[in-house]
Amino acid sequence: MENRKVLKSGEFLVSEVDPMDIFIPEEFDEEQKMIAQTCKDFLEAEVYPKLDDLDKGDRELMLKLLKSSGELGLMGVAVSEEFGGFGQSFVTQMLAAETIGASYSFAVAYMAHSGIGTLPIQYFGNDDQRERYVTKLATGELIGAYCLTEPGAGSDANSGKTNAVLSEDGKHYILNGQKMWITNAGFADVQTVFAKIDNDRILSAFIVDTNTPGVVIGPDEHKMGIKGSSTAQVYYNDVKVPVENLLGERGKGFRIALSILHMGRIKLGANVLGAAKKAITDSVQYANERKQFGTSIATFGAIKHKLAEQVIRTFASESATYRVSKDIDDQIEKLMSEGVEKATASIDAIAHYAVEAAVLKVYGSEMLDFVSDEAVQIHGGMGYSSEMDVERGYRDSRINRIFEGTNEINRIIVVDTAMKRAMKGDFDLFGAAEKLSNEIDSIEIEKTDDSDLYKEKMASIRNLKKVALLTINNASKDFGRKLVHEQEILFNIADIITEIYIAESLVLRVKKIEQLKGSADLYRDMVDVYVYDIAAMIRKWAMDAFNSMPDSDSKPQFLVAVDKLTVVAPVNVKEARRRIADKLIEDNTYKF
Amino acid sequence: MKILVCISNVPDTTTKVKFVENNTKLDTNGIQWVINPWDELSLTRALELKDDSSTGITSVTVAHVGEASSEPTIRKALAIGADNAIRVNGEPVDAYYVAAQLSEAVKNENFDIILCGIESSDHNGSTVGGMISEFLDIASVSAVSSLSIENGEAVISREIDGGKEILTVPVPFVAVVQKGIAKEPRIAAMRGIMMARSKPVKVVEPIAVDPLTSVEAFEMPETRAACKFIDPATAGDLIDILQNEAKVI
Ligand SMILES: Cc1cc2nc3c(=O)[nH]c(=O)nc-3n(C[C@H](O)[C@H](O)[C@H](O)COP(=O)(O)OP(=O)(O)OC[C@H]3O[C@@H](n4cnc5c(N)ncnc54)[C@H](O)[C@@H]3O)c2cc1C
Repeated sequence: MENRKVLKSGEFLVSEVDPMDIFIPEEFDEEQKMIAQTCKDFLEAEVYPKLDDLDKGDRELMLKLLKSSGELGLMGVAVSEEFGGFGQSFVTQMLAAETIGASYSFAVAYMAHSGIGTLPIQYFGNDDQRERYVTKLATGELIGAYCLTEPGAGSDANSGKTNAVLSEDGKHYILNGQKMWITNAGFADVQTVFAKIDNDRILSAFIVDTNTPGVVIGPDEHKMGIKGSSTAQVYYNDVKVPVENLLGERGKGFRIALSILHMGRIKLGANVLGAAKKAITDSVQYANERKQFGTSIATFGAIKHKLAEQVIRTFASESATYRVSKDIDDQIEKLMSEGVEKATASIDAIAHYAVEAAVLKVYGSEMLDFVSDEAVQIHGGMGYSSEMDVERGYRDSRINRIFEGTNEINRIIVVDTAMKRAMKGDFDLFGAAEKLSNEIDSIEIEKTDDSDLYKEKMASIRNLKKVALLTINNASKDFGRKLVHEQEILFNIADIITEIYIAESLVLRVKKIEQLKGSADLYRDMVDVYVYDIAAMIRKWAMDAFNSMPDSDSKPQFLVAVDKLTVVAPVNVKEARRRIADKLIEDNTYKF
Repeated sequence: MKILVCISNVPDTTTKVKFVENNTKLDTNGIQWVINPWDELSLTRALELKDDSSTGITSVTVAHVGEASSEPTIRKALAIGADNAIRVNGEPVDAYYVAAQLSEAVKNENFDIILCGIESSDHNGSTVGGMISEFLDIASVSAVSSLSIENGEAVISREIDGGKEILTVPVPFVAVVQKGIAKEPRIAAMRGIMMARSKPVKVVEPIAVDPLTSVEAFEMPETRAACKFIDPATAGDLIDILQNEAKVI
């Protein structure tokens, strides 16, 4: 671990790091690039030619492709070497997830298997369970699924009714119940199933072989998108699960489920990057080719605006994604140096960065929806044709806001976790916020017209962080424990926190690019446009929140402060976006 | 038997080609280099032959002329499955230079089969393979579209006009291969990527050879002339345009 400053989860709200402290994608090493290339080669050779067949719901074909990716070792990227995997760093896992993310339904099947289908057993299983299952899941010999959701238990995952009772001879748990929306259910060999033992209040987790009598798989659901991924209901009728297949301890299932969801959602943050880059390349290639009014549509300002905005949001999202991925790697190393076993260290490190994981999930899925939507728009009528990848991409994108915890649940997690961590003492949020509130009339507003771009943007971001603190402090004071019921305000805060993390990561990355390469031309335009945009959005969210507080009349100074804190340097955003779009148009492919 | 696969690295096909230094040099800025597609297929075929124990192929080596910056191309070849590599540490200025360097580097290594792509997707020179056979004074077969080993003998088919020619060739020889040599290039597997780290790469310094050619200039193809549309209502204009503008009738 290099000697760099690493923040705790959520701590970015009150602290700052140096650009050299963050990891940026420009630093991938040769081996990481080679792994990404292998993922890409695999998609081009095996998956892309079959997308239409996959979308017809061909389970056999999906299974075959999953197995082929297993033969290349791609299912073992995140699995430790001792269990037959390749034990790659978290950054590398994310890079593989990003690259595979460009493969529509296949990406969902692959991620479900190699993430939530495999890793619960690696992270929480005992050696016997790992030996029996993880070694085979790592190669694709077995395919995995994760069964948490039930007809009556979606977002409220702990409310499931699936039940387990110890058999009289004490050798088995008898499982009864029903699961719903299970990815890969159609062909999975192994499931991690969450159920309550007897009348427990909290879930336990079980490893279930799907060939056990009593496991019944329903037909695949007919879906809006990701039609090639198998999603089905699963019924358990007196299924005898050997006691040695209890995963973790009794009553620890909910914790397992939540930890795995943190992991799933941060990886989703990587998946969407690959999908977005693919959609952008499709967009610009079409824009360069399509002529109207005697010229390529790529020459129109309206199209350039869309292309630039697609690029900026993708690039910003990517900056935050790899920043936290490296923080996770360092946290894993730190825990291991304290004697924690690698598997435990890995999942604990991921769960530690719960705020950032939820930020990436929400931001990334909405970024991809934006990018896919504009990709369709750039294609005009052709964008509405099922012949085009952008049509598929548009439908397939939508699921990302729903699974791995809906974006509503994740926005709650952003605020809730940040506040809890602060209260626990991980960082001083409320002290700093209280101090700011007390000096509201003389609050220090940093100047945002520095000739040094980096200093200027960081000053803006520090101002915006003050807005975040003031909003959090006032909301928690006004509502106290009832803040959880004020979701509109909670969501304002979540969005403010999210944009601050994304923007700061972008600014730090661009500064680091400049420091490493000597110049960062167009990237500076991205920083300019991004900070300018989010300042206006954050102003609105903060105003919405303040104006919705019970004694909003007593807060005029706060409104004035928000107004002043969200002033940023003027930017010719039109020209900045055009320059970004022009590079994309020239490259004819996403190359940032 | 030992196979040598000569590999060059070329800009990937999405590269926007630009020239510098008075149009005498490719602008390598931002270029993503890949293994020349023909060489990648040769390597794939070599590895297929090695995988089949009945062929008696015991090792596959790759050789490349290029500076240290081309190391990733070599690692990729090792990740795909080559056992070891030789890199001649020089700039591949022309086909003669490359052939001379490769021949010198491998002349004492006793390779039985030397595979070269019929061309590289950048300069399309098509001459390195033939020159190597001349330098090493061994046979060469061109336009090879399949290669197998039967009873210790190389069986080769060549595309010829309207059909195929099937030959046997005693080792050692150079085969200059076409794309049909393997179906799809082999993808580097995770295990291969991990193993590539520790596979040996022998770096040798180039011998003094003067290239036979030097580039005077590169030229881009002229952009295609725009298509002119004539309104059907005034189709008669066509005659005037053909006569007076295009001057073809
Ligand atoms: C294609 C697909 C694949 C899936 N794969 C899997 C899988 O492999 N394994 C698995 O276990 N599950 C899987 N799921 C289930 C998925 O995780 C759930 O659909 C998701 O968690 C939402 O649950 P729900 O559908 O019951 O919606 P609900 O929980 O009923 O939510 C309905 C709406 O209410 C909102 N809402 C709910 N609670 C709150 C709250 N407290 N505050 C504010 N808003 C709230 C939600 O955000 C949403 O907008 C999959 C789903 C789909 C569609």
